[in-house]
Amino acid sequence: MSEYSGVWVFSESMHVTLELLGKGSELAEKLQTESAAVLLGHQVRHKTNELLGYGADKVYVVDDPLFKESGSEPYVSGLTNLAKQHKPEILLIGSTKRGKELASRVASRLKTGCVPDCTHLSIDGDGRLLMGRVVYGGNAVATEICRVKPQIATVPPHIFEKPDYKERKGEVVEVDVKLEKPQTEVVEVKEIEAAKVKIEEADVVVAGGRGVERKEDFKILNELAETLGGQVAYTRPLCEDRKWFTDWIGLSGHKINPSLYIGCGISGVIQHVAGIRDSKLIVAINKDPEAPIFEVADYIVEGDLYEIVPALSKALKRLLKAR
Amino acid sequence: MPKTIVCIKQAVDVTEIKADSATRRLITLDAPRKISEFDKNALEEAVRLKERLGGEVVVVTVTPEDARMTVREALAMGADKAYIVSDPSLENSDTLATSYVLCEAVKKIGEFDLILCGEASVDSYSAQVGPRLAERLGVPQITYVRRLSFDGDTVTAERSLEDCYETVKAKPPVMLTVTGEINEPRIPSLMAIMKASKKPIVEWNPEDLNIPKDKVGEAGSAIQVMEVLAPKVERKSIEIKGETPEEVAEKLAKALIKEGVVGR
Repeated sequence: MSEYSGVWVFSESMHVTLELLGKGSELAEKLQTESAAVLLGHQVRHKTNELLGYGADKVYVVDDPLFKESGSEPYVSGLTNLAKQHKPEILLIGSTKRGKELASRVASRLKTGCVPDCTHLSIDGDGRLLMGRVVYGGNAVATEICRVKPQIATVPPHIFEKPDYKERKGEVVEVDVKLEKPQTEVVEVKEIEAAKVKIEEADVVVAGGRGVERKEDFKILNELAETLGGQVAYTRPLCEDRKWFTDWIGLSGHKINPSLYIGCGISGVIQHVAGIRDSKLIVAINKDPEAPIFEVADYIVEGDLYEIVPALSKALKRLLKAR
Repeated sequence: MPKTIVCIKQAVDVTEIKADSATRRLITLDAPRKISEFDKNALEEAVRLKERLGGEVVVVTVTPEDARMTVREALAMGADKAYIVSDPSLENSDTLATSYVLCEAVKKIGEFDLILCGEASVDSYSAQVGPRLAERLGVPQITYVRRLSFDGDTVTAERSLEDCYETVKAKPPVMLTVTGEINEPRIPSLMAIMKASKKPIVEWNPEDLNIPKDKVGEAGSAIQVMEVLAPKVERKSIEIKGETPEEVAEKLAKALIKEGVVGR
């Protein structure tokens, strides 16, 4: 038996933590070890029951007022020192931007590897964690292993499903570990105007690209999205070049997996496709018959979005009403 | 006057990657190399700081390949000096090994106020080398920066996170990673390219940095890549055609309803 055991999960977001617990428990069962959630914060003990109910056999709690201060160092040092003390075999961390920084820093301190943004996790015949992720700007999927323990992977939100809640008993371990004070000072936090639903949570996404000529023309995409009870999303050039919006879909932005994605006037560069690849159904509307998005689409519409999209909204309204 | 070190990666141009459709194997050996996209943003920001405050900008790159052409571009963009750590033994280095080599190179380059990196590289997109480098150097770090200012004493940076913009202050030396939002990297003029050919390039190998062989490449890496394949594309590829937009829309609407993805 290796001195390392247990599958741990951590994310600063409770929602992501629960998703990770589902996958973490599955991996732990395969390895016949325990699944554990790490809880770092101030006055957070009330959350332990929820973590146990969603599949943690054990919850490690580090409760300290230092976590109230903004800054990553308490988290980096807390998670590192906890892992040094209790030696997990696998550590899954939520792949938010904060989570990715945290994972890199913890991996550095533990002198181990970290595979970022995993979309596939499984255990091979030798008990090693196989980590699958997208590389080369969406052109390839790589399967990687980590030869040092703990094996660390980060997992983006909405990749794995939140497990069912069951009333369960488990162990709560209160741990005292050495924490470092923040090295940087947060002086201002501006909330980004949140969409009605986070784009990752939308069941239908209507996305617009360079083919949308003016910002106000998004009203026709909004109408389609409303008809479908979905959300509107954008490509990177509309945000970075035209500065119309702040958040885009793609490799460097949000990655989505809705039931239906409709791309309007989007050419489909590989970086954008990397963000929509896991959509269940992809519809592409574009004037250009050579648009690369057609290669990854289920339904291909070669045509002018200014004609097709309003007509589609109209047709859908009529057909859905008639049902 | 700040001294800034910009870490750049010679990355595979991902838009040029092709795969064999039968085997899903990648044909990447011939794909051109270039400065990884966000590293250009980091360099541009460093050069703009120098234009405002004076000081010096050096670039450093760690690669198993020849990187002289790549750093020439960085020099043309405004860097004053380039360091290349290059050796075939660096092949298959993961972020653990790469950050180690980079750290030794930075220590040899000497004192600095700022280190700037791109938020992630375009090819492997792991976003780890910057944070790991700062850890190894024991300096504070600010990641995902979309706005940056430096008054000679304090760095003020606005981070672009999923749900907020966070303004953070730190004292140098500090490592920052920047996002593509921070600026529009310049395209060097012919004059700048000519001038760059006279700027110094220092070439090191791991031995020059006293790096043992087992600390780099596959031996020095924790991560081993088992397989890299083009993703499976299993899409229906159904073309919807019609005489009028209305006819196309009608067909598409019916197809979507049949798929069960609308009106739920």
